[in-house]
Amino acid sequence: MTTKTPAELKYTESHEWVRLESDGTAVVGITDFAQEALGDIVFVEFPVVGRKVKAGDTVGVVESVKAASDIYAPLAGEIVAVNDGLTDAWEGINKDAYGAWLFKMKPADRSEADKLLDAATYAKGAGAAA
Amino acid sequence: MANSALRTTPLHGVHRAAGARLVDFAGWKMPLHYGSQIEEHHAVRRAAGMFDVSHMRVVDLVGEGARLLLAHALANDIGKIATPGRALYSCMLNERGGVVDDLIAYFLDDGAFRLVVNAGTADKDVAWLRQLAATRAPRLTLIERTDLALVAVQGPEARAKAWTAFPGLVPAVEGLRPFSAAFFRDWFVSRTGYTGEDGYEMMIPGPHAQAAWSALERVGVKPCGLGARDTLRLEAGMNLYGQDLDEDTSPLESGVAWTVDTSSERDFVGRAALAARPPERALRGLVLLDAGVLRAHQTVKTAHGDGETTSGSFSPTLGRSIALARLPAAVSPGDDVTVEVRGRTLAARVVRHPFVRHGRSRVDSFLPPTSTPGAAP
Repeated sequence: MTTKTPAELKYTESHEWVRLESDGTAVVGITDFAQEALGDIVFVEFPVVGRKVKAGDTVGVVESVKAASDIYAPLAGEIVAVNDGLTDAWEGINKDAYGAWLFKMKPADRSEADKLLDAATYAKGAGAAA
Repeated sequence: MANSALRTTPLHGVHRAAGARLVDFAGWKMPLHYGSQIEEHHAVRRAAGMFDVSHMRVVDLVGEGARLLLAHALANDIGKIATPGRALYSCMLNERGGVVDDLIAYFLDDGAFRLVVNAGTADKDVAWLRQLAATRAPRLTLIERTDLALVAVQGPEARAKAWTAFPGLVPAVEGLRPFSAAFFRDWFVSRTGYTGEDGYEMMIPGPHAQAAWSALERVGVKPCGLGARDTLRLEAGMNLYGQDLDEDTSPLESGVAWTVDTSSERDFVGRAALAARPPERALRGLVLLDAGVLRAHQTVKTAHGDGETTSGSFSPTLGRSIALARLPAAVSPGDDVTVEVRGRTLAARVVRHPFVRHGRSRVDSFLPPTSTPGAAP
């Protein structure tokens, strides 16, 4: 099974993708590999908007029919929005993992994003885990 | 376990070709789903789906003493099935009154019986039966029918589609009542299942399995994986061995007291232990009122003390999460409880299960009329 790994995004080893926006925020979702591994997604417990987090903090849960999987903050900062539009339309994550973002955060230090994985490195790791 | 150590069924090549996500299940490499578990689930509730369950073990008991042995080994009374083809669901208990396995027994003919047991417990079951047979039925032969493939065809259209796929089968099986079976040449077809829908479970010689699977697929029966099988059986309120039943728990606390037959003086394994320990807990259905997903082994807080979920998932038919939970016996259907879900305390309601039968919710009367989050379209 091949899954998509867009080159313009950054990735974590825990299967989040991150897109840095020009307004200073970072948009976060789970990767195509992650949605494929989880199967049909039926619920997401979103982080609380306004919460300040450290990189690697558990900020939510993605629940599929099969299993629950934690979502981690890819960067330190503050949660500024969650994607309420996914509520009761969770299958959108399975259909388009990179369109169906989960939350936005304001990173404390944008340069920390340089430490995240690039697409090629993530794809290699995810492939090995598969 | 390395993949090379996993066993595969005669349908393995078909699953691979269909792009199934294959997982390790009880030492077998089995399809979890072929794309979408939820679509497969709905196919069985609304039309027809099929499952490769060849990992389950078929064991034939042939020769003198089969009925005698089963009368002792099974908690349900094998005496209830006296007509060839009739089936009986039963637990097999240990001396402590825990459950070694749950199984279906078929009366074949000439005193022979066929058991279908769970994959993960098959070796243990056979060893246990042989041990009991050594004293009770020394002339009995146990034959493990690993030559057979098992295909379950389930759903409101399952039987009609099976008849279309196998016209020659029709005379042998169209008159079958639920929980009965018939031979058709070297096939053995029973009107049983694990989904809460009508259908057949077909035991087929391994070399015929691929052709049979293809024939069913051609008439519109959707291949379904073990993922959908689990959500279907959970909605149907059927126990899964290893989760809702185990060696350390009484069947009387597992929702299957109806299968423990104490109506006669029959001496069956575990009977004394059950009599010595009246049940204090009961297996109940839970429907989650809050958003989230229940899973096994979550703590349930009730007005009568704590309990624990034994199985939990999302119910595609109800559009919300459901669970089976072992709760203090005083808790009743209709009661409100809370469940500890990953650090959150969520509201749930105790219901009378099954949750779903023949495509329809059976628990609506327990639920608030207005809240149906994520209800299936």
